[in-house]
Amino acid sequence: MAKLNELCLHEARDGLKNKSFSSRELITDHIDMMESSRSLNAFITETPEIALKSADSSDEKISKNTNGPLEGLPIGVKDMFCTKGVLTTASSKMLSNFIPPYESTVTNNLWDNGAILLGKLNNDEFAMGSSNETSFYGPVINPWIKNNDKSPLVPGGSSGGSAASVAAHIGVGSLGTDTGGSIRQPAAFTGSVGLKPTYGRCSRWGIIAFASSLDQAGPITRNVKDNSILLESMCSHDLKDTTSSSKEIPNFEKAVGKSIKGLKVGIPLEFIQDGMSDEILKMWENGKEWLKSSGAEIFDVSLPHTKYALPCYYIIAPAEASSNLARYDGVRFGHSVSSDDINNMYELTRSDGFGEEVKRRIMIGTYVLSSGYYDAYYLKAQKVRSLISNDYNEVFNKVDVLLTPSTPNSAFAINEKYDDPLSMYLNDVFTVPANLAGLPAISVPSSKDKNGLPLGLQLIGKPFDEETLYSFANIIEESSSFESIDNKWWLQK
Amino acid sequence: MSNLLKGKTGDWEIVIGIEIHAQIISQSKLFSGSSTLFGSEHNTQVSFVDAGMPGMLPVINSVCIEQAVKTGLGLNAKINNFSIFDRKNYFYPDLPQGYQISQFEQPIVGNGEIMIDLDGNTIKKVRIERLHLEQDAGKSLHDQHPSYSYVDLNRSGIALMEIVSMPDMSSAEEAQAYIKKVRNIMKYLQTCDGNMDEGSLRADINVSVRKPGNELGIRCEIKNVNSIKFIGQAIEYEAKRQIDIIEDGKVIKQQTRLFDPKKGQTRAMRSKEEAHDYRYFPDPDLLPLVFTDEFVESIRKTLPELPDLKKQRFVDEYGLSPYDAGLLVSEKDTADYFEIAATGSNSKLVCNWIAGELFSFLNKENKRIDESPVTPVNLGKLINLIDNGTITGRIAKDIFEMMFKSGDDPMTIVDSNNMRQVSDEGEIEKIVDLIITSNPDQVKALEIKPNLMGWFVGQVMKETQGKANPKAVNEILIKKLITKD
Repeated sequence: MAKLNELCLHEARDGLKNKSFSSRELITDHIDMMESSRSLNAFITETPEIALKSADSSDEKISKNTNGPLEGLPIGVKDMFCTKGVLTTASSKMLSNFIPPYESTVTNNLWDNGAILLGKLNNDEFAMGSSNETSFYGPVINPWIKNNDKSPLVPGGSSGGSAASVAAHIGVGSLGTDTGGSIRQPAAFTGSVGLKPTYGRCSRWGIIAFASSLDQAGPITRNVKDNSILLESMCSHDLKDTTSSSKEIPNFEKAVGKSIKGLKVGIPLEFIQDGMSDEILKMWENGKEWLKSSGAEIFDVSLPHTKYALPCYYIIAPAEASSNLARYDGVRFGHSVSSDDINNMYELTRSDGFGEEVKRRIMIGTYVLSSGYYDAYYLKAQKVRSLISNDYNEVFNKVDVLLTPSTPNSAFAINEKYDDPLSMYLNDVFTVPANLAGLPAISVPSSKDKNGLPLGLQLIGKPFDEETLYSFANIIEESSSFESIDNKWWLQK
Repeated sequence: MSNLLKGKTGDWEIVIGIEIHAQIISQSKLFSGSSTLFGSEHNTQVSFVDAGMPGMLPVINSVCIEQAVKTGLGLNAKINNFSIFDRKNYFYPDLPQGYQISQFEQPIVGNGEIMIDLDGNTIKKVRIERLHLEQDAGKSLHDQHPSYSYVDLNRSGIALMEIVSMPDMSSAEEAQAYIKKVRNIMKYLQTCDGNMDEGSLRADINVSVRKPGNELGIRCEIKNVNSIKFIGQAIEYEAKRQIDIIEDGKVIKQQTRLFDPKKGQTRAMRSKEEAHDYRYFPDPDLLPLVFTDEFVESIRKTLPELPDLKKQRFVDEYGLSPYDAGLLVSEKDTADYFEIAATGSNSKLVCNWIAGELFSFLNKENKRIDESPVTPVNLGKLINLIDNGTITGRIAKDIFEMMFKSGDDPMTIVDSNNMRQVSDEGEIEKIVDLIITSNPDQVKALEIKPNLMGWFVGQVMKETQGKANPKAVNEILIKKLITKD
């Protein structure tokens, strides 16, 4: 019999419900997979004891028919979510000793629904990065490798561990956070499905903040249906987060398989970039064809301020980060370097506790908020952000969903872009606008490039219309017949 | 202008603007559910939000918003239906988030104005620039350990209103009157208890000097002066310091200064060059504060009668002089005390007794009027006893003292000590006769020194332990000694 970790979320859910196997059996296979996949470096903290204990309690609930929607299912959690009593590091030396005395709202919702914590997943430090190389705990290795070249590739970032673990069949799904593409880009690089919900759909309470006006939690799974199931359990209206939405939470799973006939798809012309590879253009073209043949109408649309999205993002996100990360001062918790003088203590603690990329962004953020520069940078970026939002509002009067590539390229090699922050930042060019406009967006695997690496298509939707995204994503998934990893080269015998 | 200061080169005008930091009366903090109780054990009123823990988010306390709006209305100010919370970024160990949530460009309350009372009769208008909400920082404790500083976060996150005046004051007295008035309005509104000892009201004073009619001079800000008396001292010292500097041909440096109450001096804390760049920007964790006109009106309806209106009513209703009315309304508790005591008794006498005996006893015992052992009802009774001739005014003072000690009803004291006024003329005559016969020398002397009459009155009062009706005593003495009929 195949190992149970090969099952996707809804298969495992149904198997548990039908009592084909126990949660303990399911969890045990996932723990085995987690332990034999350590070479991927996807997990910072493994929690097998918690998982097994929870499995027994889930089995009891299943036997009594008091099971929640995610009862007994193993989920990996990005190390940006605070988990009560379990080390939560944000992949930073600064929090390398931080054990939160509280549980984030989103993870709490999952546990309330019966899900089981498998472990805490590696990410770029404080979610700043697009390759998972900025982690204090070292890079995550993409389970995908090229056909002819076995050098290790990045899984994307910042939710690199979340995407890599799901692609490697460790856990039936994972939680990520997405500030500028941190769910969708790694999902695209690992052949996974990753959704960034509408801003406000998931509570930010208990998630370590990077850029508060952009951060949003979301699910990464191996297929669209799984994604819809996991999202539904994550959402809630949380009075502890004033930016969380009180909108009704629909049954997202029902949207999967729904017809898209007569719905309108916009192709934003500004997303066609100079020097875009034929493979990406071809993938995009295929996507259009699939949607068209399922009855959708395709329109060219314009989002005139698209080219300002990336510079705008790299002002607003670091500005907010520079302030959000001020609390890491060595006084109350986390890493601390002592000194006789308080200013020295701050300097030593923060120099030693933060990595290069985090420091770079704190510096940028401090600069753009400084007196004399605020108007020219931060204020202007906020205005641009409004213009970008307006672009999307306009376009969504005409179409129901936008179709774009998720990334300009497939996964790249470890160290390939690490010393070139600009080219690294360019990786977020297609994903950043949805964060600036607060819109939901999903990345779905669509094809493989010439090296056999996954590529993803992105769908961007209207505010709080994740359902339409799931209906469209399901069509792409069915049309692409994308095959998941068969060569588990990383396994330790 | 009466407020000019004399210098070597002529007259100088002081220009004063004041920032008041007033702690809002509310059960819990501005952005968390922690208690605001003063004087608790260190770090016992601290939530994860107040401690700036990772992933924690602020949630606005609506009570604090209502209190700020109420205060804005009390200051006759414009309430802004749209305002924004900003982050003021700086590092300090007692600032757990690394920023203070405050309001910068769009505060909750805009321009307003209040009238201040000066030496009883003069009234001056002081304009309010704005009122904004902000959270308090924690407290650094430097005296707990020889080489470490400790931090107490109980105060971290408590709601403050910063009330900024225009530079409309020109003397220490005006500044003091302004702070007293703002404090009084907030006490009437019950939005701030105004207790400067516990730090629930603190003031930063901006002082500059100029030759009358000239442009504003360079100002210095004096931080956290924590009593009305010190505010006066700090302004006087600072104005003189600045005049001396300018008259010596030097230039004032814009700086933040601290007042040292022991020396009665201000000293430099930091200069403009060392000033922080606070990198204000809108707090992305909090939505803008938006409310409707109906909301503002619903709060306006809850406003109590404020000091200016109360003063006018006291003049109209009780026939008090504006000076007396002003005195009574200058503390809400005093005004409340007066109104109870004056119910059914002579209001002018009540006012005199409050301003005289009551204040002097309270001062001596260091008690607030709401702690007075003489209840307002009992003071009213005492006044009625004087008014209807049951006791003499002189004995009333003794009774008051006994009431202050025991808290007893005045009638009980009068009865158990036999203190009723003696108005029986026969009885008084007997005593007068006795004094005349036993003091022949004084009777003779009276013919040369008519003011010896007072001595005779005193003797009668002494003999009757102050109970004799003074009017009757006077009449009988005149009859026996002057007209001799």
